Amino acid sequence: MEFALIFKILLITIVFVITLVVAMYSTLAERKVAAFLQDRIGPNRAGPFGLLQPLADGVKFFFKEEIIPTHSNKWLFILGPCLAMLTAGMTSAVLPWGDVINIDGVDYMLQGTDINIGILYIFGVTSIGVYGIMIGGWASNNKFSLLGAIRASSQMISYELAMGLSMIAIVMMSGTLSVREIVEQQDGFNWNIWYQPVGFIIFLICSLAETNRAPFDLPECETELVGGYHTEYSSMKLGFYLFSEYINMFISCGVIAAVYFGGYNFPFMHDLGLSDNAVAILGVVAFFAKIIFGIFFFMWIRWTLPRFRYDQLMKLGWQYLIPLAILNVLITGAVMIFTK
Amino acid sequence: MVSNKELTFMESLYFPAIIKGMMITISHLFTRKATISYPEVQREFAPVYRGKHVLKRDAKGAENCTACGLCAVACPAEAITMTAAERKKGEEALYREEKYAAVYEINMLRCIFCGLCEEACPKEAIFLTDEIVKTSYEREDFIYGKDKLVESLDKRIDITKRQKKY
Repeated sequence: MEFALIFKILLITIVFVITLVVAMYSTLAERKVAAFLQDRIGPNRAGPFGLLQPLADGVKFFFKEEIIPTHSNKWLFILGPCLAMLTAGMTSAVLPWGDVINIDGVDYMLQGTDINIGILYIFGVTSIGVYGIMIGGWASNNKFSLLGAIRASSQMISYELAMGLSMIAIVMMSGTLSVREIVEQQDGFNWNIWYQPVGFIIFLICSLAETNRAPFDLPECETELVGGYHTEYSSMKLGFYLFSEYINMFISCGVIAAVYFGGYNFPFMHDLGLSDNAVAILGVVAFFAKIIFGIFFFMWIRWTLPRFRYDQLMKLGWQYLIPLAILNVLITGAVMIFTK
Repeated sequence: MVSNKELTFMESLYFPAIIKGMMITISHLFTRKATISYPEVQREFAPVYRGKHVLKRDAKGAENCTACGLCAVACPAEAITMTAAERKKGEEALYREEKYAAVYEINMLRCIFCGLCEEACPKEAIFLTDEIVKTSYEREDFIYGKDKLVESLDKRIDITKRQKKY
């Protein structure tokens, strides 16, 4: 087999494994960060500093009893979490993890695939992600689950609009939908956040809403809806729902880092005098550093802000963010014309 | 006093408030944590801490308890049960009075460690110490009989701080 094929398969496997591992340790990080922000220490018994805790949680989920409610729709009940997990994993294919590395004179891209409609693909997959939650809530045959699913789906589709609109400003500036080219144009310290601060704020708020993170976690809060759309789930199906939420968080931070924070670029990357391969590897490290800071930021926000009420949430999405995003597009266009 | 001022434009964006809140939260990341890592670190107990019970003996080694049943009546959780017996000829050194408890059981799962039995006892026989009841996976292990409650002759437990001063 050609080396290129082997490299690609290896890269895809590594990216998949890293996604799962990062999501796994995000569950531990969530508990540790939550604890440290609340003047306590989190789980520290499972291994040194609690590092084997995700393993313990995974084993716990496998050993729990599988309960499928009698009057539920059995196939949809099982399909919901599978769909959530599928769409969570699909997006990582187009994120550019690093620059090209040169092995034996041939350039290899550190990316799953560089389709030229990368941004559109990401939004498409995110939209399908709504189905996972809706199907789960509907198939449970439970009023609270249905309410949670309805709230979740309406919240997610409302905030997708503002997300897309703020992305249009970036696409206008970059002239391309491909994620790799957007990252390549942010060389060194020339990141998009300096040019689109308002767009970044809108995109950040919409990412919080898309991944059902606090303060937008009304679909799954315990105080209001018992468990929301995952009330009736147990064992690994619940594990899939919770895990897919963490994978979504990881991927959202990845998209934010790639589009607004320069992806694998870091300041002074060409002035260090290192070989191209070394700069590419450092770029991967820089990308992951940005993602990890993004994940920490999501958790930081969760433990600071109270939850939105449902009508406040809808009002924010439709009446404030969409006009602001449209205004952002108009101003970006005007500035682009006047500086031409 | 209630203030009815409308929010200014900057305030209604909530950004300054959110940033201030996040600064407060992050400052808690660097404070000392309030958690005590038991069992490596243990907190000091008060001198009157109510833990596991002990049936005391007097200075000569005879058991104080006369199975009067006042502790069982006083117990709000009905955790104490006993069976009385009469002292035989050669047992004067073992028991103080003619009536003694042949079987004395406390169900540690029912006990709420309130100390009312200690207050009710007229013979200063039962006291609560600062030992903690050991854990187990079986319910039967928690019914403590006289073998676990009566203090042994060589390891006397000091309860002078718990005795009532009249």
